[in-house]
Amino acid sequence: MSREHAGTGDAHITVSHLTMAYGDFVIQRDLDFSVRRGEVFIVMGGSGCGKTTLLKHMVGLKAPVSGDVLYGGQSFWNATDEEREQAKRRFGVLFQGGALWSSMTLAENVGLPLRLYTGLGDAEVRDVTAYKLALVGLAGFEQYYPSELSGGMKKRAGLARAMALDPEILYFDEPSAGLDPLSARLLDELILELRDSLGTTVVVVSHELASIFTIGDNAVFLDGSAKTQLAVGNPRTLRDSSPDPRVRSFLSRGATDGQATGTGVN
Amino acid sequence: MAQPAHLAASRNADGILEIRLSGDWLLATPVPPVESVLAELRGAGPPARIEIEAAGLGRWDTALPTALVAIERAAAAAGVPVSDRKLPPGAQRLLRLALAVEERVDARRAPVQRSLVEQVGQASLRVWAEVIDLVSFIGVCAQSLFRMVRGRATYQRSDLLLAIQEAGAESLPIVSLISFLIGMIFAFVGVRQLEQFGAGIYVADLVAVAMVREMAPIMTAIIMAGRTGAAYAAGLGTMKVNEEIDALSSMGVNPIDFLVLPRLVALILMLPLLTLYGSLLGVLGGTTVSLIMLDVSFVQYVAQTADSMGLSSLLGGLFKAFVYGSLVAVAGCQQGMACGDSAMAVGQATTRAVVMGIVLIIVSAALLTVIYITLDI
Repeated sequence: MSREHAGTGDAHITVSHLTMAYGDFVIQRDLDFSVRRGEVFIVMGGSGCGKTTLLKHMVGLKAPVSGDVLYGGQSFWNATDEEREQAKRRFGVLFQGGALWSSMTLAENVGLPLRLYTGLGDAEVRDVTAYKLALVGLAGFEQYYPSELSGGMKKRAGLARAMALDPEILYFDEPSAGLDPLSARLLDELILELRDSLGTTVVVVSHELASIFTIGDNAVFLDGSAKTQLAVGNPRTLRDSSPDPRVRSFLSRGATDGQATGTGVN
Repeated sequence: MAQPAHLAASRNADGILEIRLSGDWLLATPVPPVESVLAELRGAGPPARIEIEAAGLGRWDTALPTALVAIERAAAAAGVPVSDRKLPPGAQRLLRLALAVEERVDARRAPVQRSLVEQVGQASLRVWAEVIDLVSFIGVCAQSLFRMVRGRATYQRSDLLLAIQEAGAESLPIVSLISFLIGMIFAFVGVRQLEQFGAGIYVADLVAVAMVREMAPIMTAIIMAGRTGAAYAAGLGTMKVNEEIDALSSMGVNPIDFLVLPRLVALILMLPLLTLYGSLLGVLGGTTVSLIMLDVSFVQYVAQTADSMGLSSLLGGLFKAFVYGSLVAVAGCQQGMACGDSAMAVGQATTRAVVMGIVLIIVSAALLTVIYITLDI
């Protein structure tokens, strides 16, 4: 439905020859791809191949060994600390478990970025917060603490917080992990809705095939043993005609013939 | 009633090793060892083939495949084919499953034996690394304090007030109890000793000087290391595990300013105040004991106490409290921020925060005492 929307913009995020390592242990080397404005881009690959680590490099939580990430052509890692802090306000991140601040209510969680970075008064912050929570289906939960919520609700509240400053880019770390199929689907629909209505660029770390095929316009496939990217492109195209058998096999759940197997969402 | 498990291995004329299994192979009952079969396989002239017969086999659970996997692995190592077609189909499938993936050669870890010298060396290197971490954290905190003074640090005033309440007001009961009792203990000891010389009234000096200059700062700081320093490490460590600190950083908020600074400032402000309060309670405890045990009036005792105290003693004690407070807060916050990302790591961070806090208190107490004596304060 939203496919015609996708992938017409210029490069919004460019990952350029990025190498990531923990100490001497290289996780991934020479990652090179770009995410176009307004598309849903998937970072996929098997467990432990470094998907979440890549996300941490893209949002400034871990510095790369070499290479760079560019936002709209502006270098992120070669910028000054000040510029980097500024750049961070242009994106929102939804962490795997929501990562809500446990000592604050939902309203305080969502309201904090607003109070820190906008000149809004208390009443306005309250209104914006209520609206953001309503967007993710949590209207009325303002005074709840994160520990009082289910896993799916925490994720949605985390999304409300990530969206608080109307970011140009939203990052999702395993949005459907730990959710039941129905909640996972609702979250996927919410992601598409946000992209379509706000034009947000969305980067999703995921290994859920159903979700990858539903929302992904483009994707990069990381491999843990090759320690680099194996393919970049539309996930369906990769499944059907990637020259690399490892990519076809992953995207068709290990069935030998990538063409034949249904994933139920085609 | 389970039939006893039985294993019989015999080699026939063609060099085929026949293994007959019978009885119930259950974990709950003793099963025969497979050592004899393994010895055959390892010894000179291994069998041409192994055939497993299971005609008399009764019930079985994990005990059976465990034994058979050992045999099959040894046989595979010796290059001897094994025929297990006579096993129950379920057991065959489980065996296939267990043997389907080769053991990863590099996965198994040998327990590393280190010599004593190496262990001591590594421990020293770790201590040195911890010292470096602590010193650089102190530097980061100092930068953050500087930003706060210039009004450029991002933190919430409500967090600071909450931290002050938790470190200050909520610590009053325990500080009251400990200080009062310590004052009483000093007075007891003092009365016993000084009365022998008819110098009972000097108990007032003993209690006041000891409490104000040494005991109140140290005892309050140790209480705060166990109470607040531990809470800082556990709280920040749990936030680290939950990615809450990452969430702050990704939003462009400096977690040191936002999380560490309010805690640090709260403890640095509150510890001197608590020490002052603790000194007062200690002197009060001493007064109580002295009035009961000595033949002095309240006014006499208070006058003697006031005489013994100079402003320098008071300020000296407060300065100590300031130093201890900084150290306890830094130790707690540093361990919390450096916490690993598991539940166990939070516990370790908390333990280390308390131990490090107490060690730092005592070491700096010794240094400060020497400095005070040298400077004649």
